[in-house]
Amino acid sequence: MELTRRGFFKSIGAAITATMAVEMTAASPALAVETEKDWKLVNTEEYTNICCYCAGGCGSLCSVRDGELINLEGDPDHPINQGGLCPKGASMFQLRNVVDPHTKEVIKSPVRQTKPLVRRPYSKKWEPITWDEAAKEIARFTKDTRDAGYVETEMVKGKELTVNRCESIASLGGSQQNSEEEYLILKMMRALGIVAIDNQARV
Amino acid sequence: MQNTDVILNIGSNSAENHPVSSKWLHKAHERGAKWIVVDPRYTRTAEMADIYCPIRSGTDICFYGGLYHYIIENLIEPNLEKYRAGRFVPEYNFEYLTQYTNASYILDHEFEFDPQTGFFSGWDKDSETYNSHSWHYETDHEEEWDTTPGGTYAWAVGEGVPEFTTPTLTVPKKDMTLTDERCVYQQMKKHYSRYTMDMVCSVCGMDKEDLELVYSTYASSAAPGKAGTILYALGQTQHTYGAQNTRAMSILQLLCGNVGVPGGGVCALRGEPNVQGATDMGMLVNEQPAYLKWANTTDRDTLAHWLESQTYSDGYYTNKPKFMVSALKEWYGENATVENDYGYDWWPKVPSHDGSDWTELSSFEKMKEGTMKGYYAWGMNPCHSAPNSGNVRRSMANLDWLVVADQVITETADFWDAPDMDASTIPTTVFFLPCALIYEKPGTILNSGRWVQWRYQAVEPWDEAKPDYEICDILWKEICALYEAEKNDPKTANPDPILNMKWDYYLDGKIDPIPVAWALNGYKVESSDWKSGFTSNPDGTLSSGSIDLLAGYAGLGANGSTACGMWIYSGFFANNDAPCDPSKQAVARRNNVDSSGLGLYSEWAFAWPNNRRIIYNRASADLEGQPWNEEKALVKWDKDAQKWLTGYANGMDIPDFAATRTLTDGTVQQIEPNNKAFFMLWEQNGRLESYGMTDGPFPEHFEPFETPLSSNPLNGLLNSPCFLGRKFVDDSTRRGRVEDYPYVATTYSVTEHWQTGGQTRACPSLVEAWPGDMIELSQELALEKGIHTGDHVRVWNRRASVVVTAVVTPRVRPLTVQGKTQHLVGMTHHFSWGKLFGNTTLGAVNDLTPNVGDPNSQTPEYKAFLVNIEKTTV
Repeated sequence: MELTRRGFFKSIGAAITATMAVEMTAASPALAVETEKDWKLVNTEEYTNICCYCAGGCGSLCSVRDGELINLEGDPDHPINQGGLCPKGASMFQLRNVVDPHTKEVIKSPVRQTKPLVRRPYSKKWEPITWDEAAKEIARFTKDTRDAGYVETEMVKGKELTVNRCESIASLGGSQQNSEEEYLILKMMRALGIVAIDNQARV
Repeated sequence: MQNTDVILNIGSNSAENHPVSSKWLHKAHERGAKWIVVDPRYTRTAEMADIYCPIRSGTDICFYGGLYHYIIENLIEPNLEKYRAGRFVPEYNFEYLTQYTNASYILDHEFEFDPQTGFFSGWDKDSETYNSHSWHYETDHEEEWDTTPGGTYAWAVGEGVPEFTTPTLTVPKKDMTLTDERCVYQQMKKHYSRYTMDMVCSVCGMDKEDLELVYSTYASSAAPGKAGTILYALGQTQHTYGAQNTRAMSILQLLCGNVGVPGGGVCALRGEPNVQGATDMGMLVNEQPAYLKWANTTDRDTLAHWLESQTYSDGYYTNKPKFMVSALKEWYGENATVENDYGYDWWPKVPSHDGSDWTELSSFEKMKEGTMKGYYAWGMNPCHSAPNSGNVRRSMANLDWLVVADQVITETADFWDAPDMDASTIPTTVFFLPCALIYEKPGTILNSGRWVQWRYQAVEPWDEAKPDYEICDILWKEICALYEAEKNDPKTANPDPILNMKWDYYLDGKIDPIPVAWALNGYKVESSDWKSGFTSNPDGTLSSGSIDLLAGYAGLGANGSTACGMWIYSGFFANNDAPCDPSKQAVARRNNVDSSGLGLYSEWAFAWPNNRRIIYNRASADLEGQPWNEEKALVKWDKDAQKWLTGYANGMDIPDFAATRTLTDGTVQQIEPNNKAFFMLWEQNGRLESYGMTDGPFPEHFEPFETPLSSNPLNGLLNSPCFLGRKFVDDSTRRGRVEDYPYVATTYSVTEHWQTGGQTRACPSLVEAWPGDMIELSQELALEKGIHTGDHVRVWNRRASVVVTAVVTPRVRPLTVQGKTQHLVGMTHHFSWGKLFGNTTLGAVNDLTPNVGDPNSQTPEYKAFLVNIEKTTV
């Protein structure tokens, strides 16, 4: 039997429902619909990547045509997953693009936020902000908060220590980033004097 | 995993949460391996296994203690005389126990545990902490380092090397017959004598026949040449004694001779894509990159004190001064000199003298107190993921500002808009910075097996989304510009740590992960030119600037001649012929031919350290260097040629021990086999007993923060005396009593969703497959409560009340604990009010979990707490 993409999702869903006997009442407002456009991987370039979920390190293949992602599937040469992916890994395409259930066109994910925003004090809404403005405001907040909460030296057991510590700012996260990015986040936060640094490894 | 003889899933539902790992477990299973699952629920993994054994959430140490007791009584004691007489024992590996672990070491004469009180020796009532002095070994004799020219440690003195007092090796006293009552083995035997099978069943709630089958099956892996592996995940770590759970697994594996062998090990199935990388990176309060400790106010207040307290007296960590000086040299570049202690004083010192805690849980307490005013959240979502997340939201409402870098508007970015928050009272300015997806940027990622792999950029980010490395650069340049402009302003706090830091990771005029990869790999300082600006040629070479990458960490110096951000990665990005081309670096290798037949795949990508695929692999062979199991050889001493057989060409692994030594004239000498199987410890033997934990030298059973029991059946203390959060105010933790909240609850994930759903709830197919959170409960409890599958159930405790959908199932069953029926319930925790697909305003499950944690790791106790439930309508 040749499963269509839609059929594949249907059968997964059915298997889960049957084995787990879940009768959930909520429903997704957007359905996993298939586009009517040609899915053939003609004239594409392939880029390998590693999955963004469980740390198994499964390989994926991203197929790109004219600068746009056309398909994402398991990397058959990768020794760990040998072409397979779990339901989450197999859905990574949808982090960027989904199919509009009405037009059947591939569209940008409607739930992803791709422009900077700011929420002002006591406000009930987000407002647009440019990267430049956001960076300037964040830098000003960071400096003012650091300067007010900074401990340069401290007496410990009768000895004056140089501690260069900022006690008023914390940084959380890092497991979602690539290692080079982790190093930059770490250098930046430590240079500010931050000790309250944590990431998902803690939990 | 494919090489194992016994699989033990405990605290891991790998079939569900690490689905692709099952492929490799099935290979072992098809070969005849026995598969055991110990879990509060009959999981999807249990469905695949041979043996399922239920357990009450939070009682793992009791289970392990009973298994030690079983092994000691059934395998060690009956055969001890045979071992002493020098005879081979086929069912138990005495050579491993006595040669490769500290079983024979004599403990300090003050070492003690009192079951009446529940305390080990060394408890200080005033500070409510342990002094671990009495948990150390007795010393046989002492040895000093030879730092004279030509001596082993000649590098530790000289020009450029910071001055410090070199360590003294205290050689422990041993009794190889394991007779001395103060030796680790005898103390362990005594300690776990209380953990009888009846006791374990009564505390943990399983049937004795089930338990005996599990114990006897797992203990079969203790035979020489056999291997058992433990797969664990958050079910072990998320407890107020989670670190002791992981210790307990390590002890079990040492006791069974299962560390360092193919198919052995303690397999942490890690849950975040690059959590291994973030752990390596030391993005944690007390850590620095590559498992070195960060600066503090007690034993690490100066560089000399750091070197003196951290450098081991023997084993590989004698090299720590090289790692440390090279790290500082990378951190501050030419501003790091021997005269200024390589800039060490610019590093913030974590307060270690006052008992304060700066980890995630405590940071919310500091927000509540009003001392923590600014917060950066990098792809993490504590308003949904942190325990007692309602408490988190209320705490964050005291922030002046919050920066969230993410792909979607998470519950953390949107905390002021939560159903239980009033935005008009919240003064926080919140910035949302949009991030690139994984295939919209290049870079390095690690997996649970320490594989370092490269991700290529496939497409440009949508709209104005940017890679995190670019976001860091944008912010950092602005911060530096402010400090430069205002450095003479009296209000400006010390600008030196900021302005002296090296931040020149630009290639072709743009911030780029490749120069950062060079920094992590390490380079020679003199022969690298960072000042001219790096520009690349199409063939991956440099047309401007130069970099002299180190082949590996063996090339590091303690004299400032080398710079290296992450010594354990050294070698992953070391090809000087094409430094700008990742595809020509070890990190991106794609040879998927497995010369070992054991699944090492040693020429696929890179594994830290030094491309070793199975760490501690010296322990895969006996004292003479002969593999316990010839078919699963990782290293082998060739007696005829008097050399070690190792490496890809021999179908083996890179040795994780000192196999050779290089003399001053450059000649390489083979080192004959010895007992130094664990050379990352100073004693070079595995620790059955450890003085390194804050809460005890042996794992001891304590009850969860919220427990159905009123006393601990094993000792006089109900909870661990050290757990994190015991000093938080009640209004924060809101502890519940069993009288009000009679059901033991735990949390877990399903295969279709991941964590708080920031990614998976953005994928329509996954929300269609699994549309909301559920509570699983037994048929017996459902009958009692009149609940049917599909009903809405209100779940509440003193922290919160949430509504989820009921799934009534025989997968969860009531247990008999201390003679009484105990019901368990389990919940998923993926959904919340965040405006993604499938959002709900009926509460997030982590509003219920307690904000208390382990005293070593500060990991919260998500996995065992108390709730009440009732059927409801919405």
